[in-house]
Amino acid sequence: MARITMRQALTDALREEMHRDERVFIMGEEVGVWGGTYAVTRGFYDEFGPRRVRDTPISEMVIGGAAVGAAMAGLRPIAEFMTINFAFVAFDAIVNHAAKMHYMFGGQMRVPLVLRAPGGGGRQLGATHSHTPDVIFAHFPGLKVVSPSTPYDAKGLLRAAIRTDDPVLFIEHATLYQVRGEVPEGDYVVPIGVSDVKREGSDVTIVAYAQGLQVALEAAEKLAKEGIEAEVVDLRTLRPLDMAPVLKSFQKTFKAVIVEEGHRSYGIGAEIAARIQEEGFDYMDAPIKRVAQEEAPLPYSRELEQSALINVDKVIAAVKEIV
Amino acid sequence: MDKATILDWYRQMTLIRRFEQRSSELYQLGKIGGFLHLYIGQEAVAVGSINAKQETDHVITAYRDHGHALTIGSDTKLIMAEMLGKATGVSKGKGGSMHLADVERRFWGGHAVVGAHLSLATGLALAEQYNGTDAAVLCYFGDGATNIGYFHESLNLSGVWDLPVLWICENNQYGMGTAVDRHSATSNIMQKASGYNIPAAQVDGMDVFAVHEATQKALSAIRDGKGPQFLEIMTYRFEGHSMGDPLRYRTKEEVEKWREDDPIGILERHILKEKIAGKDELDAIDTAVETELNAAVEFAEASPLPAPEELFTDIYVEN
Repeated sequence: MARITMRQALTDALREEMHRDERVFIMGEEVGVWGGTYAVTRGFYDEFGPRRVRDTPISEMVIGGAAVGAAMAGLRPIAEFMTINFAFVAFDAIVNHAAKMHYMFGGQMRVPLVLRAPGGGGRQLGATHSHTPDVIFAHFPGLKVVSPSTPYDAKGLLRAAIRTDDPVLFIEHATLYQVRGEVPEGDYVVPIGVSDVKREGSDVTIVAYAQGLQVALEAAEKLAKEGIEAEVVDLRTLRPLDMAPVLKSFQKTFKAVIVEEGHRSYGIGAEIAARIQEEGFDYMDAPIKRVAQEEAPLPYSRELEQSALINVDKVIAAVKEIV
Repeated sequence: MDKATILDWYRQMTLIRRFEQRSSELYQLGKIGGFLHLYIGQEAVAVGSINAKQETDHVITAYRDHGHALTIGSDTKLIMAEMLGKATGVSKGKGGSMHLADVERRFWGGHAVVGAHLSLATGLALAEQYNGTDAAVLCYFGDGATNIGYFHESLNLSGVWDLPVLWICENNQYGMGTAVDRHSATSNIMQKASGYNIPAAQVDGMDVFAVHEATQKALSAIRDGKGPQFLEIMTYRFEGHSMGDPLRYRTKEEVEKWREDDPIGILERHILKEKIAGKDELDAIDTAVETELNAAVEFAEASPLPAPEELFTDIYVEN
């Protein structure tokens, strides 16, 4: 099996889906001639032409809204926001339109749409370019929110996102593009809304996704050297949320640490912790711990920025508090 | 223009007028909830323009959408049922007055965030261009919508990509309660289209024939490959922005002056003066409209409420 980067996995999924289905097309800022600001669509403009690889002006509102409209009319758009920070400008198009059209008109309309957006901090881009706002978008029924942690999942989930008849926000953590992993040849799909156990263990359950999953796995390896076996569950999809593997793991370990890159308050960790106590209260042996971004905007200066973000040491410390 | 067509336009405009009056009554009785935005005074815009489109053309509008839904030919019963929040409504009672749609007839709503649907219209037009058809999109919005980012981004993109979309500004002189000269740096709304290199024309929105002719011309230009077009249709809503509008922002004299130009009155006088039909024929149409509305209200009232489980249906296509 080939070991490829997540960038390559995403590129392959997009290319293969465009060959498979003529209705699939890409639109966004610098997706064409430039080749994508994160080079995910490099070469697509020459391969598919300007009809199917469409450079847009810097106009996030209409990028989001026009993609919804094109999807309503039967196309399968993949609209790219240069970063998820700019998706805030298209917030109305995403939550009021993409997420509501099917329901609000009694099922008459369908929005088979993928909104791709790189996100995450840690790259010294300052406060407005470093958000991990995944939970905000995951708040709204009607939208599916996906964020993969490995090249295998990235390719399979992107295929699923393109093929579903529902709108999907596909969040790619920008620090994961270079992560390598095994990806098989051929047409496989990773279903949306299915969490996945990425590492088995019996002492503590670590729940994570995206870049946090990579941090959690590294922490788990270090903990193993100290005799603590962590089970790591990858959410992969934030909405619809699949709690079954989390609860199953918790019933075995009785302890949980939730790792997310977003801010702690009102976050993924808050939701998972609430769900565990609601549905797994009898198994609870210790407080549920959260490792998340500090409650401050992300600063530019490297060390200061890193101090606000999640890391392996913070995860290890949280585990040791309860194990 | 043949007699049957003209009388049908009269029927459509009368149907809208009476539908709105009945809705107003039902609202006051508490049978219609939420917001209710009446189209009274603007009937010639929807009727003149929608009757100029071809079957494959798309229509999309803002929340003042009853007139468009009726003109597109949606069943009056199903529209009224939606107003009453019933399971039989066009949107199964989940959309309400502001969210009427009829996708089979390519009517895409009914949208309540001012200006947002201009971006949806851009996408609908993109799909037609992508598929190489000759269909166009008729996108309606008010003068107030011309100040929001969606308007500018959508007009610009339609120009950049030469999309088959007809932008139709129903200039009813007020964005809610704020007059054009208080909300727009230029009171000449069509001037905004020229910034995006989109040909624009101003039309008397009280004259259904003028609206029809201008729309036909603009749609021909689109189908001739001339890209997006823009119409500023001058009109007026005789009632408030929505029910419960205190109407502090305009004078009685101003409203009375516009009411002299009632689009239905103008058409009626034209029909009688040109002897296209007699008063008895128009009365017969009025009676038929009344019968249709009685049946619609009766149907809506008798229809069931949405079942409790409907709360969770149609959130996703694939769960």
